[in-house]
Amino acid sequence: MSYTAWILITASLVGVCCGLVGVLLILRRMAMMADAISHTVLLGIVVAYLITLQLSGIHMFIGAIIAGLLTAVLVQWFHQLGVQQEASIGIVFTTLFAIGVILIATKAGNAHLDIQHSLMGEITFIPWNKVELPFIGGVPKAVVSLVIVLIVILTVLLLFYKEWKLTSFDAVFAASIGIPVTLMHYVFMSLVSITSVAAFDSVGAILVIAMLITPASAAYLWTDKLSVMLVLSCIFGIISAWSGYYAAVLLDTSISGAMALATGVIFMISFIAAPRYGVIAKYRRGQAKATAKVQYNDIA
Amino acid sequence: MNLLSYNAQWVLLSTLLLGMAAGVVGVLSYWKRQSLMSDTLSHAALPGVVLGFIAVGTKQLPAMLIGAAASALVGAWLVQWIRSSSRVKEDAAMGIVLSVFFGLGIMLLTHANRMPGGGQSGLDHFIFGQAASMVRSDVMLLAVLAIIVLCVVFILFKEWKITLFDSSYAMGLGLSVKSMNIVYTALLVLVIVIGIQAVGVILIAALMIIPAVSARYWTDSFGRMLLLSASFGGGAGVCGTLISTLGKGWPTGPFIVVTAAAMFLVSLLLGSSKGLLVVVYQRKRAQHKRGTAIMTEQAVEGGRG
Repeated sequence: MSYTAWILITASLVGVCCGLVGVLLILRRMAMMADAISHTVLLGIVVAYLITLQLSGIHMFIGAIIAGLLTAVLVQWFHQLGVQQEASIGIVFTTLFAIGVILIATKAGNAHLDIQHSLMGEITFIPWNKVELPFIGGVPKAVVSLVIVLIVILTVLLLFYKEWKLTSFDAVFAASIGIPVTLMHYVFMSLVSITSVAAFDSVGAILVIAMLITPASAAYLWTDKLSVMLVLSCIFGIISAWSGYYAAVLLDTSISGAMALATGVIFMISFIAAPRYGVIAKYRRGQAKATAKVQYNDIA
Repeated sequence: MNLLSYNAQWVLLSTLLLGMAAGVVGVLSYWKRQSLMSDTLSHAALPGVVLGFIAVGTKQLPAMLIGAAASALVGAWLVQWIRSSSRVKEDAAMGIVLSVFFGLGIMLLTHANRMPGGGQSGLDHFIFGQAASMVRSDVMLLAVLAIIVLCVVFILFKEWKITLFDSSYAMGLGLSVKSMNIVYTALLVLVIVIGIQAVGVILIAALMIIPAVSARYWTDSFGRMLLLSASFGGGAGVCGTLISTLGKGWPTGPFIVVTAAAMFLVSLLLGSSKGLLVVVYQRKRAQHKRGTAIMTEQAVEGGRG
């Protein structure tokens, strides 16, 4: 397969993985938690690298999951000790991220890890870093790890679809009928972490946040049904990946930056033009109400 | 101080003032429950910084700072607009603005780095902060801005107190909450603009969140919290900068943040108002009191019987 095709496949996979996880993030009102975890994953990767001196595969995932869970646990813990939820997120992720940056700057600086790369990603290098698979042939490593992550996400999501729905919309009710809400919270945090780390390597931390939050928020404006929202969110993710890539090639600029901007454009379109929750629809409804009132007054 | 060059002393002065300004504005954000807004706005400032550079063509701090302020304000307005006129919640709106603006910033940065003179301009320093890259004129400008922020917060002390804790009383007094909000947003943006070069866009939020939360563990009074938060912020700024000068090319921002985090842990444990040790001690004492009370009661009852 060609160079461009691999980049588009990688970016689309990021879009789908993040799109699915993002919907749950939006519904659970934990968007800023994604911001936090996608930053702290850096610390997990750096520590895993310093321990094993390898920058690939399973070590990174384990490090990232530990860092992600550590973030979730610390945020929860500080919150219980009386720190506001928002402030608690802010303290935990900035500190862990700062430690990660310091470790890179002082210890791992000349390695393959650099800060720039981890923030913005180097999707242009993805197609060069291939592994040989039976039957299929050479496939970029990033694609393999993203496919695995996608399978994990789909399995967890579909197996417990009803539970996710209940805990996301009405956690109190879910707890009352015996669903382990806390356990599901931490499972979900692990999902966010593995998605972040898989996407991190190819597109960087910032695009992970854009892909997690923005397409799902756009989808939230189009529909009230969870299943439709999941599908829409993935489609928006893929569209932004493709349009972002071609825009970047056209303008000769950062690919992941352009993809992040593309998610923003899709959100803005939804925000203005979505049929029920868009700004125009709201304005029209407001006007319809106003005219109805006027007519009513005339009659009266 | 003899160990430090003349320039380094200026840099220290500016991170001290920056930490203090961030500390006091952080207290306002804390009571507004908007801690993460500073994170959003600082990311949103990046495209403005780069646009300022592109517009002028060389690294001119004032132009970049004006750009940063403008794009952070656009970000603040967008968050407000998305939140108020759609069903998207505030945290999602912040995440969207943060990541999309940063993406745009990276696009522009890639472009600017290819411009003649762009490669060595040190634009990348704006992401993680490099206090050592500041020259004296920069320091002067930033110091003046920081002093303005400090003055505005302290002059309007009574007004902040009333609007933050009793907004209906404020309205009764004829104090416009809306205009106080505008002043607050302006202060927030100013601090981000000041901090962007020393601490970088990603970590400046920490300097506004951590000192304020730490100060909360020592006092219940708003005024004392402001003073404490300012000294924590200033202390973290100075210590972090000093540590980062120990190594060559070490970024300043992360060291400042880690210093602040260490102060937070100490406050969490030892804070005299809500610290863990105090809370545990009070609980023990309450138990003990209850214990003795029950014992005296029993003794009295026993005496009766």
